[in-house]
Amino acid sequence: MSSLSAPAAATTPVVLPVSKAVLWLVGTALIALAVYYFIGVDQGAYSVFGKDMHIHEFVHDSRHFLGFPCH
Amino acid sequence: MEKKLILRGVIAGAVAGLLAFVFARIFAEPQIASAINYESGRDAAQETLDKAAGLTPQAAGPDIFSRTIQANVGIGVGMVFFGIAMGALFAVAYAVCLGRVGNLRARNLALVVALGGFLGIYFVPFVKYPANPPSIGHPETIKDRGNLYLAMVVCSVVFLVAATWLGKRLQPRFGNWNATLLAGAGYIIAIGIVMALLPALGELSANVQEFGHHATETPLPLTNPKGAIVYPGFPADVLFSFRFYSVATQVLLWATLGLVFGPMAERLLSPAKQASADPAPVQPEPVGAA
Repeated sequence: MSSLSAPAAATTPVVLPVSKAVLWLVGTALIALAVYYFIGVDQGAYSVFGKDMHIHEFVHDSRHFLGFPCH
Repeated sequence: MEKKLILRGVIAGAVAGLLAFVFARIFAEPQIASAINYESGRDAAQETLDKAAGLTPQAAGPDIFSRTIQANVGIGVGMVFFGIAMGALFAVAYAVCLGRVGNLRARNLALVVALGGFLGIYFVPFVKYPANPPSIGHPETIKDRGNLYLAMVVCSVVFLVAATWLGKRLQPRFGNWNATLLAGAGYIIAIGIVMALLPALGELSANVQEFGHHATETPLPLTNPKGAIVYPGFPADVLFSFRFYSVATQVLLWATLGLVFGPMAERLLSPAKQASADPAPVQPEPVGAA
């Protein structure tokens, strides 16, 4: 019950000023999305390295298992 | 602060990805191996049929990586990097939500954001387009399938963000409980409409042309020209197990992410309070309590 009736001091009043943190937040999100793209999508529906299939074949099993459509 | 949060997100994501990899190596790989065996057997049966019909079989492309590499190293790299990427996205979402989505403790907020990531990025898209093992999926439709899947991911994440915003807007008028229920209902209705509008994979025009109307691309029994079955359809139990373990892996990954990140964030956000609260119990023992 302690977590439900927590006093106000235990909550999260910290609000990041998004204007200041925006570079780090957006940059991190973009890099993370690029990783997501290369694990899940590249050399399948789209391909940034032409007909090469190395990434696709290497992460093949995880691509299937993480739910992405694969070849 | 945001840099510290992102670092903790990446660490929690790496731990989650590693656990997901161990789980996948134990439970997913046998299913993937069964699916690949099915595919090889089917290809051989198809080749026999083609030869009987006087067609020259097309040679399969060379394997770039052996199955051993794919099943032990490739899946590990894929899962760990997926975990790290999700951990980083998680930290960004967490930093934005911090103090903006209501009266939640740092730890509890981590679990809520993890639940959102699981639903938005994986599970809701899975409901429409579930994960498929090797041998399910026609190569000629990969572009359509990729686009449809990503459309589901984008819609579910955008609607989830919109629902959170809506819940905050409704909260002063309807209170926490009802505002949350209303926002959740709005999310389900909106994503339900998208799911109803997007086509089933079996109904893609390339598939209808070649195979007729079916709901999915799951291989049906292979028949010879006389209509006798020469090779069975895809084994239903393998398909179920593969999908079940796929969902279980993501539950594990996001739960680990939230549970590892939460305490780290709590320590980061209130270091002084933790230090003073730990040595002395907050509530003193009642006098005379035996």
